[in-house]
Amino acid sequence: MPSQRDDAMAHDTASAPVHIAVDRAHASQPAGAIKIRARDVNVFYGDKQALFDVSLDVPENSVTALIGPSGCGKSTFLRSINRMNDTIAGCKVVGRIELDGEDVNDRSIDPVVLRARVGMVFQKPNPFPKTIFENVAYGPRIHGIATGKAELEAIVESSLKRAGLWAEVADRLHQPGTGLSGGQQQRLVIARAIAVSPEVILMDEPCSALDPIATARIEELIDELRNQYCIVIVTHSMAQAARVSQKTAFFHLGKLVEAGPTGEIFTNPRDSRTQDYITGRFG
Amino acid sequence: MNEHIVKSYEDELNALTADCARMGGLTEAQVGDAIDAVVKRDQSLAEAVVGRDERLDLLEADIERKAIRLIALRQPMANDLRKTVAAMKIASNLERCGDLAKNIAKRTLVLNEAEPITPLTRSIERMGRLVLGRLKDVLDAYTGSDLDRALAVWSRDDEVDEHYNSLFRELLTYMMGDPRTITACAHLLFVAKNLERIGDHATNIAEIIHYEITGEEMISADRPKTDALRA
Repeated sequence: MPSQRDDAMAHDTASAPVHIAVDRAHASQPAGAIKIRARDVNVFYGDKQALFDVSLDVPENSVTALIGPSGCGKSTFLRSINRMNDTIAGCKVVGRIELDGEDVNDRSIDPVVLRARVGMVFQKPNPFPKTIFENVAYGPRIHGIATGKAELEAIVESSLKRAGLWAEVADRLHQPGTGLSGGQQQRLVIARAIAVSPEVILMDEPCSALDPIATARIEELIDELRNQYCIVIVTHSMAQAARVSQKTAFFHLGKLVEAGPTGEIFTNPRDSRTQDYITGRFG
Repeated sequence: MNEHIVKSYEDELNALTADCARMGGLTEAQVGDAIDAVVKRDQSLAEAVVGRDERLDLLEADIERKAIRLIALRQPMANDLRKTVAAMKIASNLERCGDLAKNIAKRTLVLNEAEPITPLTRSIERMGRLVLGRLKDVLDAYTGSDLDRALAVWSRDDEVDEHYNSLFRELLTYMMGDPRTITACAHLLFVAKNLERIGDHATNIAEIIHYEITGEEMISADRPKTDALRA
């Protein structure tokens, strides 16, 4: 059973020795309602089980970081949220993942619509081999979000602005997106993801191919975007998880070991495996 | 506790704790010698305490430098972060203890010019032993990562306060009875006050140890406390 700190809190306070007042009330709790609720999620790749009974709440309007060593299942979990695992032959997802109370694996859910609601940004920026404008306009156009040229142009501009890229590309919208720098390309694909007005943005190591300045820009962007979206980020950088997220979940060997407010996970983790991992002791 | 994958990181963290323990030992010696100097009216011992204080200042600066370097270069997390911060804070408390010990030693030099007041000296000695014992206990708790021992020091803070309050009354009685003792008594009052503050630093260190080990802060308001002014 993973220790969901939110649940464990009342018990911990009650069991503390009387003469030591343990104050966890002021600890910053992730704000907002639950956007994604995962319960007993098991994922199999053929015979191999990649996730074991993962239950996790992802709050709205906040950044949740998934951390853990390679192969721990964090990316598998991330990809289960918008059913990217559907595309992998032999992959089976058991359990329940709710988006606003609705099971994403329900037959009535169209994965294409789901992926418009739950956007994704990958490790390597992957702009389409089209112009900057077309990269951002593509989604709204195929989803029928924009009617008419003016509306489409407005969506492209506002998406590029929200992704913090507008000033750098406004005068070259019709040049290829692949001609931008790595950091700019990553912001372009973030703009592309926001253009379809998603509710959730999943990010799988979005900064691992970027230099520190480009990384800082993306982190600043993530911080701004969290006011409007629910963001889930997979990262191998402990410092990045600590910097950008409000909630952190630690995965190990396919299990969710511990989840809680980021400030607590990085100063006072409950589980020795979490402690060993974040302090660089995993042997 | 497993060792760090990066050996040099492990070494740096251990060195920080070892430096702090060494500084603790030196502080204990300074406080002990300062008390002995007052009680035995030992001029040369008092001078030695004053002269040795600089070493504590240098040690504190060194621990602080190492801790800042560690934070900048290693980005310690969780228990490592708490250990690093604890070392810095403990060093700063120990440095203050050293200053207070030096101040006691300096007053010894003045006190030795006046007539000895034996009963007061005995009271100072008793209080000094108590404070020194607390400092020793809390430093042992630190080196042994012994939470229970740290908690024991923390919860007995009122013993020192009671000693201080009774010494305070005793000193007032002497000063009222014989104004010629006022100079000596005033110095002894500061000696007692300094000892009481060293006791407070021992309590602070106990709280820091509690945070280092458990990650939880202690609430000072819950500690038993005697109001010195109304006693």
